[in-house]
Amino acid sequence: MKAGLRNGLTLIVGLLLLWQLLYLWTGDVALASPLATFRYTGKLFTTESFDAQVYETLRAFAIAYAISVVMGLGIGFWLGFDRLSGDALEPMIVSVYAIPKLTLYPILLLAFGLGLAAKVAFGVIHGVIPIILFTLAAVHNTKPILMKTGRVLKLSRWQMIRWILFPAAIPEIFTGLRVGFALTLIGSLLAEMFASQRGLGYLLMNGIGLHNVELIMSVTLVIVVFAATVSVVLLHVDHRLHRRV
Amino acid sequence: MNRLFWYRTLVVVAAIAVLEVLCLTGVIDRITMQPPHRIAIDLAHILASGSMNGAIRKTLGNSAIALVSALVVGIAFGVLLHGYRGARDALDPLFATYYAVPVFAFYPFFIVVFGFGDVPQVLIGFMLGVVAVIVNTLNGLDRVPSVLLKTARILRLSPADTALRMTLPYAGPYVLTGIKLAVAYAFIGVIGSEFIMSRGGIGYEISFAYANFDNATMYPLIVLILLASVAVNGLLGVWEQRLLARRGLR
Repeated sequence: MKAGLRNGLTLIVGLLLLWQLLYLWTGDVALASPLATFRYTGKLFTTESFDAQVYETLRAFAIAYAISVVMGLGIGFWLGFDRLSGDALEPMIVSVYAIPKLTLYPILLLAFGLGLAAKVAFGVIHGVIPIILFTLAAVHNTKPILMKTGRVLKLSRWQMIRWILFPAAIPEIFTGLRVGFALTLIGSLLAEMFASQRGLGYLLMNGIGLHNVELIMSVTLVIVVFAATVSVVLLHVDHRLHRRV
Repeated sequence: MNRLFWYRTLVVVAAIAVLEVLCLTGVIDRITMQPPHRIAIDLAHILASGSMNGAIRKTLGNSAIALVSALVVGIAFGVLLHGYRGARDALDPLFATYYAVPVFAFYPFFIVVFGFGDVPQVLIGFMLGVVAVIVNTLNGLDRVPSVLLKTARILRLSPADTALRMTLPYAGPYVLTGIKLAVAYAFIGVIGSEFIMSRGGIGYEISFAYANFDNATMYPLIVLILLASVAVNGLLGVWEQRLLARRGLR
C-alpha cells in the first residue's frame, strides 16, 4: 500500500511538472498554468451558478448510474442463467461496445427530447454494457459445486442469486460496477457537451465559444480529479475483494 | 454453433421488424425516425451518388493515422517500459485509472492548442487507443517464458532483435487484443470528436444533418457507422480467436 501511495504521488508530481513545462512552452493563449487553474477552480466553486452546474451533472450521472446498475445486473444474471441466450447475445453486446455511441445521440434526442432524460439515457447506454458483460462472466465462472449445492437445497432462482451467486461473484461484479461507473460518467458528460443548456459538459463547450482557457482547463481539471479519485477508491476496494476470495 | 447463428439472426431480424411495424403504424412518427426499409434505400442512394465519399475518406484517413500512431507508439513504449521496473510502477496508477477519465473532456483544450484542423481529432483517437495497446503489450510480455529470453541471450541478439524476433511474436495474441481495442477507440475518438465540433467527416455530417432535421441523411449515416464498426470488430475477433486457438489458449 505504501508503495502504491508513493507511486501515485510520483505520478501526480510528474503530471504537474509536465503541465507547467507545456505552459512555459505554449504561453498564455493556449494554456493556463497549474497555479492559475487551481486559483480559478477555487473561485469557481464559490460562485453559486457553478455549483448549480455541478449539481446538474451529478444528478444526471447518479440517475444514469442507478439505472445502469439495476439493468446491468438484471440482464447479466438472466444471460448468465440462460446459456443459449448468453452465448448468442454476448458477442453482439461486445460489438455494441465498439460502436462510436456518440453518433446514436441524435436518435436519443429525438426519442427523449432535450434535457435530463436524454442525458440519462446516454449515460445508461455507455454504462450498462460492461456491467452486463462482467456479471455474465461472473455467473459463468461461479464454481459448479456451489450451484449444485443450491439445486440440492431446492433454492428458487431468486434465492440462488441472493444467497449463492451474488456472494460468490461479488468481486467480478464489482469490477463491472467500477468500469460501468467510469463509462456512465463519460456518457453523461458527452451528452452535456453535445446538446444541453446545463452541466459541466455545457460549461466546457461554452468555454470554447468564449475562448476562456481558464474555464476550459478548470472544468477539465474538476472532471479529471473527480473521475480519478473515485476510480482509485473503487480500484482499491476491487483489489481487496479479489484478494479475499 | 448453427443454433447460435440462427438465434442471433432471429434477434436482429425481429428488432428490425418491430421498428418497421412501429414506424409504419405511426407509433414512432416520421420526424423521429424513418422506417428501416427507407433507411436502407437512402443509404444505397448516398453510397451510389458518392456525395459522402469525401467525408468517409476523411474519417477513415484520420482514424487510420490515429490507429497506426497508437500502435507504433504503444508497442514501442510497452517494450521499453517492460525493461524499467521503476518507471512501470510509477505509471501503473495512471494505466489503472486512465479509462475512467473522460478523454473527450480534453477535446476543447486540444482545439484551443492545435486549432480547428484534423490534429485534435487524431489526437483524441490516439489517446484513447494508445494506453490499451501499452497495457496489453505489457501483459503479453509478462507471459514470455524465461527460456525464450535465455535462448535470445545465447544467440546474442540485440535488444531490438530480441523484441522483434522473440518476445513480440510470442506476445502476439495479447498484443492483438490491444490492437482490437485500439481500432474501436480510434473510430470512437475520431467520429466522436468530429461530432462534438469539427469541419468535416462522417461525425460532422451526422450532427449537421441532425441540426437540419435531415433524417434522410442522418439515419443512413448512423447505420453505415454501425455496420462498419460491427464488421471490423467481428473480423478482428475471428482473427483473435484463430490466433488463440492455434496457441491452444482457447
